[in-house]
Order: sequence, then structure tokens, then C-alpha cells
Amino acid sequence: MPLDASYTGKDFKSVGTRPLRPDGIDKVTGRAKYGADHNLPGQLVALVLRSPHAHAKIKKIDTSKAEKLSGVKAVLTAADLPDLTHGDQGMFDILDNCMARTKVFYDGHAVAAVAAVDMATAKAALKLIKVDYEVLPHVTEVDEAVKPSAPVLHANCFTEGVEPKPKKASNIAKVTEFGHGDVEAGFAEADFVIERNFKTEQTHQGYIEPHACVASVSPDGTGELWVCTQGHFVYRNHCAMLLGMDVSKLRVTSSEIGGGFGGKTHVWVEPVALALSRKANRPVKIVMTRDEVFRASGPTSATSIDVKIGIKKDGTITAGKAELRYASGPYLTMWAELGAMTSFACYDLKNVKTKGYEVLVNRPKSAAYRAPSAPMAAFAVESVIDELAKKIGKDPLEVRIQNAAKQGTRSSYGPIYGPIGIGPTLEAAKKHPHMNAPLGKNQGRGYACGFWFNFGGQTCTDINVGPDGSVTLTVGTVDVGGSRASLALCVAEELGIPYSQVKCLVADTGTLGHNDMTDGSRGTFSSSMAGIFAARNTIEELKERAAKMWEIPVEDVTWENGQAKAQGSNYGNLAPLSLKEIAAAAGNTGGPVAGHAEIVADGAGVSFATHICDIELDAETGRSRIVRYTVIQDAGKAVHPTYVEGQYQGGAAQGIGWALNEEYIYGKDGRLQNAGFLDYRIPVCSDLPMIDTQILEIPNPNHPYGVRGVGETSIVPPIAAIANALSNASGVRMTHVPMSPPRVLKALEAAKKG
Amino acid sequence: MGVLVSTTINGDAVEFACEPTETLLDVLRNRIGLIGTKEGCGTGDCGSCSVQVDGRLVCSCLVLGVEAEGREIETVEGMADGATLHPLQVKFIEHAALQCGICTPGFLIAAKALLEKNPDPSEEEIRFGLAGNLCRCTGYDKIVRAVQDAAKVMRGA
Repeated sequence: MPLDASYTGKDFKSVGTRPLRPDGIDKVTGRAKYGADHNLPGQLVALVLRSPHAHAKIKKIDTSKAEKLSGVKAVLTAADLPDLTHGDQGMFDILDNCMARTKVFYDGHAVAAVAAVDMATAKAALKLIKVDYEVLPHVTEVDEAVKPSAPVLHANCFTEGVEPKPKKASNIAKVTEFGHGDVEAGFAEADFVIERNFKTEQTHQGYIEPHACVASVSPDGTGELWVCTQGHFVYRNHCAMLLGMDVSKLRVTSSEIGGGFGGKTHVWVEPVALALSRKANRPVKIVMTRDEVFRASGPTSATSIDVKIGIKKDGTITAGKAELRYASGPYLTMWAELGAMTSFACYDLKNVKTKGYEVLVNRPKSAAYRAPSAPMAAFAVESVIDELAKKIGKDPLEVRIQNAAKQGTRSSYGPIYGPIGIGPTLEAAKKHPHMNAPLGKNQGRGYACGFWFNFGGQTCTDINVGPDGSVTLTVGTVDVGGSRASLALCVAEELGIPYSQVKCLVADTGTLGHNDMTDGSRGTFSSSMAGIFAARNTIEELKERAAKMWEIPVEDVTWENGQAKAQGSNYGNLAPLSLKEIAAAAGNTGGPVAGHAEIVADGAGVSFATHICDIELDAETGRSRIVRYTVIQDAGKAVHPTYVEGQYQGGAAQGIGWALNEEYIYGKDGRLQNAGFLDYRIPVCSDLPMIDTQILEIPNPNHPYGVRGVGETSIVPPIAAIANALSNASGVRMTHVPMSPPRVLKALEAAKKG
Repeated sequence: MGVLVSTTINGDAVEFACEPTETLLDVLRNRIGLIGTKEGCGTGDCGSCSVQVDGRLVCSCLVLGVEAEGREIETVEGMADGATLHPLQVKFIEHAALQCGICTPGFLIAAKALLEKNPDPSEEEIRFGLAGNLCRCTGYDKIVRAVQDAAKVMRGA
């Protein structure tokens, strides 16, 4: 029973309610401590020197003048970070990205760092470091990088996943393929086939809090790191490996996190801060500037996607095919692979084939961004499906309903689906009042669907019952948006006690076993599963203690509504024992009462959404404005519905920014031209309408309460929904994102000319 | 050795010495210890460092520390009256108008400045009044609702 994850279908008392979050007051009064809010006595400040070139050989770095500057306590280059990765290419890439070794691969790549007594000294010291570069030809555009004539980033990059192994090095690091059936036969069956290329530009997660950390390494080799991260255990493991430390000797504390969305899953400045601290024998603080965050953290991939879909006049999709090229930055990632897996995941297709190409370019290494890779693939596929529906004269929503995946469908990426929400979200959209609302002048309506896998992963939680019966739940998944409330709700539910009796804390790495990151929408899914198991474990212990107090066999004790009860006619006079009473007596019945769980949280339920979007276009300027937006998504079970709505709204808003405004702009010199919030404009309050949400609950059979992840899917449909709405408003099909005013105006003018 | 500055912060008389080049944001965070005011960009584009100077809403990253001389500075730490939260603080928690919370101090100050000028703003006035503050988590929906609700409470409606 303790480790049975099956859905129990119980009536909930706590789960599904909307209590105030436990960290609310700290966050509205300025007390909450984020990455940059921590300081240690004797702390130095550090700055990183970054490459101004997109691609260059490092011939020589002269740090002698900087080292001599008064107030400089340590200067660091790659020479101070020897390669301890023992042939682990992924970890070597992380090391090389933290501090360039022989070549710089992008504008912003770190080449040196200084730690000094104050910011003015650190800035002066950076100017004294002389780097001798041999500038090399560069390539920043994904479709240019795959050409045989493109400058090759790594002479040892021979495409993985291709047989036989290529003889010539290229920028295509890896190819992956998914699908089933015979797509060519499928296209032959179709009445209409549309094949089209779609492009999306690189965007940034745009978290408002820049990366920040304070590192302190002692001469005895132990270290402490305070950092804003989505996964302090993973940061610990990576930093320890790169610095040659024992994992147990590096204690990492996650601060409150000011947004991450996937961007705080990778180390950049943290190993540098630790190495500087080790060298200087002083605590070292690094806070990235916004310019550095844009140039040198991990934005998402720019993409170029070819999609081909065939349809019969009756609306049956006969085949779908996609070739997806995702810019990876200078190192191998898995983003094209995820794009290839997600492209057609919403549909029940007999014939489907997708191929992903990880393409190396002279841009920062791409990181995860909320449902990484799925929004771009959905943009391409959902645009073509809309166009095909028009061709056969059917309602695009009906075409989607007709072809939607269902329980038992073999997904385009392999697995057979269990109970899923794509059909129900589409049906809910059809019935939604938004669908029948009248449209104004120059307005259009569009919809699109989206899919995300969700993830489970390694998870470890502790429950400790205090002498007063209050309960501490200790988790290792960073709270990125209210999970301390949702996890406390689940544990209160399982123990049968009020929410107010449970306090949830995020532990440092010295306090709990390893936990994977808060990524893949796993925070509430996995830690609630581990929390429920830990609660069941605690209940077993509480029953033992009650049995001791009553001096009866434990088999005769049950746990109901937060109380131990003696079962059987012999025990008629025994009043139930509350958790508080058992806790108060713990000193005489075996010591502190605790429970724990260490699991791999398998069975994360896949997630689907359908979005409806109304757009208004100003044809004179090309500017468009979202006038109404509705998100319908399956949550499995919404533990704290208010924060589920928040995830739906936040993802939609990010998708709207991606669709209409946001893009990395590189000059011919390979330098990023808009590394700031003024020129990389994310949506502001006056850009958006209210975002309506509808939560569907199709229980995940693999979680005791039916929970699915909810954080990521909401960013998947917006780009396509907006492109479809814009097409209906203007008659012009946009195939290049962002659909910014100049790009839309150009398309409108081209359409006018015919 | 820095410039000596006398000012009032959240109603308290405060004296500090700072370099003429230091921003008010750095002074608040690094010299006074008021870490509730956040730095998101350092260029006046995100509003995370919003404070009021003599009642006027400013980005403290664009104000020099020495400019605080003789002024009254209000930060998020001064919004609550002891244990009694400001209605905006109450409504931000109730409406879940924060997820990560890094932009929250700036939004609270900007909303307070807005409601002082316009106690009964329309949705559009709220949206334009808060357009200088970036939030990446919420999509602004719950922030706008929290401000509407707080305005209602503050008007005694």
C-alpha cells in the first residue's frame, strides 16, 4: 500500500481547495530571499569576461595586469578548471560552456573571471585582461549551418544517428527519427496534401531574476553554494564533478527562485564562483547582468521545420511527415529530438514520420524552455491542419476532433496512450461560450492543440511530526510557482488533517537524498506522490504508536480522518487517538514520529490542451492585438486550482510573446543586437487581455490522486492558435514567427501584389 | 570616501554614505539592507526596482543614491502597518497574483502609486498604469484582478 501509486478515486477534503500559499507574506513584504539577496562576511564580488566574437580561437590570455590590481583576489581562466569529466562529453560541454577552453563559440562565451573586493575593482580588472583571439568565420542561422559550405564549429562532430558514420565533420550533431506506418502510401491516399516550411526565431525564457549565487569553499575542501536554480541537487552533482569535489562535501541551498521556465536547469556561473572562492579563500558572489542573461544563458532554439500532411475530403488525415531543424547552440542538445517526438502527438495517425536534426550554430547553448521544442513543432503542424480543413471546407475544430488521439492510440513517438485529454479539451472548446462570441471588425478567431509528455523522475521527501502534532513536509523539488501549497494539501489529505497543520519546506542538498530538477512539470506530480507515500509511511508508524498506547495489536488499529481508531468489539471504550495525542506521547512510545519516501515517480500522465484566440489586426501598421484568449487543459486533478489557472495563464502569455514579438536578433558580425528588455520586448500588462481558463480533470491512473503535470503544456498551442487567428483575420498565412508588425506588413503587401 | 546623504526611508530618518556613481537601488540593497527591492535589468526596463520618491513612482536603478538627499523614499518594506498588511498585499496573496514573486515588490509599489493618483481605475487604466512592470509568470490576469479588488477595499466600497 505505501508504494501503490494507483489512482484511488477518493472524495477529497483538502485537495482541490484554494488556501493561501505559505510563502505569500514573505513575498509581498520583501522578506523572501532570492538568489541575489544573500551575502556572507568577507564576500568578494566576481565578474565574467565574455567573448565579443561569435567564433574565434583563443590564442593567449594575459591576466597578469589584472592580478596585480589592488583589491583583486583571484583571476580565473579555463586553466583553473582542469577537465575532470573522464570522457563524459555532456559534462565536458558544460565545462567548456562555463569557461571557454580553446575556442569561443558565441558572443558572450565566458573566457575569464575576476573576484575582487568591490564591483568597481572587478570592473577595472576585467579591462586589464588581454585576450588574443584569431577570429573565425561563424554561422548563426540554422538553415545556413546545415549547408556543406558552412563554417564547421567542431572538427570532431560527425552526425550521430546516421549509418554509415559520415566521413566529413558537419554542424548536424545528431539525427533522430520517430513514427510508424507508410507515409508515402498515406499521401497517395490523400485528396489534398500541403507541404510547407515554417520558421521560428530564438526566444528567451525571460525570467525576471538574473542568475545569482554565493559560493564559499573552505581550505578543507568542503563547500557551500547559495543559488537560484530549478534543481539544486543537480547543480550540486555537476559542480562537484567539474571541481573534483565529493558530492557530500558540497552543500547547495536553493534560494527563492525568480522564474526559470527551464532556463535555470543548467550551471553557468556557479562552477566559476566555486572555483574563484577556492582560489581566493573567500566567499564569492556572482550576479549576472541582464545583458549577460540574454547573451550567455540558455535561450530556446531557433527552428526551421518542413511539414507535409495529407487529408481526405471526409476529414481523415492520411499521413503526416515533418523534418525539424533545431538550433542547438555550439553543443549537442536533444531539442530537435523532442520536437520530432511531439509534432503529431495530438493525433491518431496511421502513417507518421518525423526526423529531428540537432544543428550546431554560433549562439548560446539552447536550454529547456517550458515544454521545450513542442511549441515550434505545434506551430507548423497546427497551421497546416487549419489550412487543410479550409481546403476540404470543414470546421478546423471538427477535423481535429475527428483525428484526435484517444485511449489506445499508438502515439506518433511510440507509446500507446492511456486515458488522455485531447478529445475532451476539443469538445469543451466546441461548447465554450468563447466560440459563439461575435467577432469585431478586422478580427479573426483561431484555435490550436498542444501536447506535453510530463516527467516523473527521482524524488525524495521526509515527513516529521512535531511534539505538538504539527507536520513538517520536507521536499527537494524547488517551488517555482506555489508547489509548497499544493504539496502540503496532498499530505494533509492523506494524513486526514487540516492544511494549516502542515508546513512544507524545500530542503538543502545536505538534508535529503537526491531529487531531480523541478522540470518536466514534475514538481507537484512527483513530490506529491512521494509526499503521499511518506504520509502513508507516517500513518503506519502512528498506528504502531497508538497500538502501544492502547496495548493492543497494531492489526486492530486503523487510521481515519487524522485519528487512530481501535477496531473490534473488545475496544468499544477506547476513544480515538488524534495525531496530536500520539505525537505528544511519542517520547514514551519509541521517539520522534517520521515518515519518508524515496522513489522514481514513474507514470507522469501526458497532458493536452486546446486554446481559442481572438486577434485584431491593424492592416495599416501590421500590428495585431489579442482581444480574447481561452485555455482549456487537462490537469488530471487540480490540487490547488488557483495556481493551476496561473500556470495556464502564464504559459499562454509567454506563447503570445513568442508569437508576436520576441526574437533574438543577430547582426552579420554574429553579435546579439537586442540583449535587454527594451529591445527584446516581452508582453506587458497593456498588451494582454484577461486569459480565461477551463480546467478539465481526467485522472492520471498512475498517481494516487490522479495528478498530471500542469506547468508546460499551456505554452504549446499559442503560436499556432495566433497564426490561425491571424490568417482568419487577414487572409494571410504567416509561416515565420514572431509575427511582428514588419513581418505581417510585408506578408500583407505581398498578398496584395498577388 | 563617499557622499553623506540624509533621507527618510519608510518613515524613518536614515543617513548613509555612498559613492556619487551608486544607484539608489544599490544603496537600498547593499548599504541599508532593504533587499525587498529587486534588480531585474538595471536599465529601467522591468520595474522590479520600483520605489516611490516623494510619492512619485521611479525605477530606483535609474536614480542615484545621492539624489535621495532630503527626500522621502518608500519601498515594499514600508507598505504594511506593522502586522497589518496593505490591502494590495492582502489581495495579491488572495488572488494568487504572484507565482515566483520576484516582480511582486515592484508591482505592489507601482499599484500603490497608481491607486494614490486614481482610486477607481478601469481595467485599461490599471493595465497601462502597470505597463512599466514586467511579470513573466502570471500573464497579468490575476495581478489586474488583485489591484481591482484592492482598489475596491481601499475606496470602502
